[in-house]
Amino acid sequence: MGVVEAKGLVKTYGEGDARVEAIRGVDFAIQEAEFAAFAGPSGSGKTTLLNLVGCLDRPTGGKLFVAGEDVSRLSWRQRARFRGENIGFVFQNFNLIAVLTAFENVEYPLCMVKSVPPERRRQKVLELLEAVGMMEHKDRRPDQLSGGQKQRVAIARALVTEPKLVLADEPTANLDKETSRTIISLMKRLREHTGTAFVFSTHDARLLGEVDKIFTLEDGKLNGGINSQGGGHVEHL
Amino acid sequence: MWNTFRIAARNLLRYKRRTLLTVGLIALGTVFVLVFMAVAGSFKNMMIRQMTDSFIGHLQIHRRGYLAAIDNLPLHMNMNAKQMGMVDKALAETPEIESYSPRIKFGAAFSNFEQTTNIRVNGVIPEKEFATCPLLVSRITEGSRDLSALERGKILVPELLARGLGVKPGDTVVLVATNKDGSVNGKTFLVGGVLESATGPGGRDGYIHMEDARELLRMSDSEVSEVAIRIRDFSMLDSLALQLEAKFPSMPNMPGKSMLEVSTWEKLSPFSSIARMIDALALFIRVILVAIVLVSIMNVMVMAVYERIREIGTMAAMGTLPGKILSLFITEGLLIGILGGLAGWLLSGIIVVALRLAQIRFSFGRQENLLLVPSWDLLQWCAIFLVVMVVAVLASLQPAWKASRMEPIDALGHV
Repeated sequence: MGVVEAKGLVKTYGEGDARVEAIRGVDFAIQEAEFAAFAGPSGSGKTTLLNLVGCLDRPTGGKLFVAGEDVSRLSWRQRARFRGENIGFVFQNFNLIAVLTAFENVEYPLCMVKSVPPERRRQKVLELLEAVGMMEHKDRRPDQLSGGQKQRVAIARALVTEPKLVLADEPTANLDKETSRTIISLMKRLREHTGTAFVFSTHDARLLGEVDKIFTLEDGKLNGGINSQGGGHVEHL
Repeated sequence: MWNTFRIAARNLLRYKRRTLLTVGLIALGTVFVLVFMAVAGSFKNMMIRQMTDSFIGHLQIHRRGYLAAIDNLPLHMNMNAKQMGMVDKALAETPEIESYSPRIKFGAAFSNFEQTTNIRVNGVIPEKEFATCPLLVSRITEGSRDLSALERGKILVPELLARGLGVKPGDTVVLVATNKDGSVNGKTFLVGGVLESATGPGGRDGYIHMEDARELLRMSDSEVSEVAIRIRDFSMLDSLALQLEAKFPSMPNMPGKSMLEVSTWEKLSPFSSIARMIDALALFIRVILVAIVLVSIMNVMVMAVYERIREIGTMAAMGTLPGKILSLFITEGLLIGILGGLAGWLLSGIIVVALRLAQIRFSFGRQENLLLVPSWDLLQWCAIFLVVMVVAVLASLQPAWKASRMEPIDALGHV
């Protein structure tokens, strides 16, 4: 079984005349250490799909397995616990905690989500900060970091709990071209090193060119895959 | 826990001015309460001491019904020798009693042979009276300030009467009283001293020796109108009153009611209503403090939650459990409460010390030059600090609960 498997996944909002079908019965799978992206125009449902995979939202119908668990059956609290154990998040606006330093932001999931002993925590955080090239800025707060540096810290934070899956919503949208390229290559390198699957929701052609799989959405449906310039294969849907 | 505390503390520093204002407001409220309690408490205690130690005593024992008719000083409602024997036995068995003084109280005509007026006379045993009301001696403004002022044949005249009739120590006066049977008797006395008026009842109270009172009233039996009692620990006042009353036999026609009633000073002095008013004011100010803490912390925490919705969403998305988010915001509120409470404590301490050093003097009733000594009751100060903490937590609960129950997807999408 893949890291993510969706079968006939449906998500609707509202009822009656106000009912909106955001996701209309999609099937897909993402394997371990895979680099995959949901692409499509605005309103096509890619963020909704990412939220479902990230257990931030519950599907209305169909089955969704993440890390082998049928997440559609989990309660609100169980989903929170499941996210902490299995999923890392990278946000378009970085979403670092403003009052914490880079080190403390990366440390946050280990002390507030998981209870990792301090010494092991420190070792793990330093390892990740080294890997993303942020060692020399570890004591800086988010307002003292550039956009690229913030995203590096966010990536380190997403990976620090050794999740099976990292979800990134438009991770390069707020970065310049050069920084975007660096961040993409950083994520690819970390993917190879950790074996974590990365799933993006993006418009960014540079990022789409680097992924293994692209799931193209239109009006809540997957309408086929496109060739990836980065050596990825065509996903027939 | 430490991590929650660290993040909470940093969040408070994020909005320094707002935190400072809230802490300042709570500190100010705490100062009002603590300083009021210190000053009013000191004033109240001093006044109680003036009342009890000058003439009332801490407790008094009367025959049931006597107090209701006390304005007439009814001799037929005195305790008889048998009842007084029970009182002596009960008081001797109670180690918490420091001293007691039996009194015969009656109304009499007071004359300097030229003018006559009425007087309330207390026949006392000087040693016992001075031990039970130690400030009585300090009320003697003219004449000797010792037991000799009340030896047999002498009278302590209230200032009011001494001025009105122009008598001074060494003068001869006469008391004319009607005894229980209705016959009238008179006796001359030497003025032993002039008594300064105490606040409240007692303005027309004079003192003579108990044996003189018996002689004047032609009492053959050892009757007593009341027994004033001084206890060792003032905090035991109410329990001791109940304990003593339980030692006396019940009235034959009123089961459950003893034939002798024990009253605390509060029942005997009109000042008790002022003391109760001071307590009510202190309570009112405490309620205001609670409101200040509640409103200011709730306001800050509601703002904090509203401003950090995306951050809360991020924390929740990363898997932070609702309980952790709840405790984070409660810790923030609690920290504001602790800081405000501590600042209030510190400021109040400084103000109380300053007031003590300032040696403020004031008058109460006819007593002048009383020194105000604000005092701190550590237990009460701790209780106020605890109230601030509890209210801080309660005020944070609603915003913290709201934060912890946020759907991460909604919170992350908040603009």
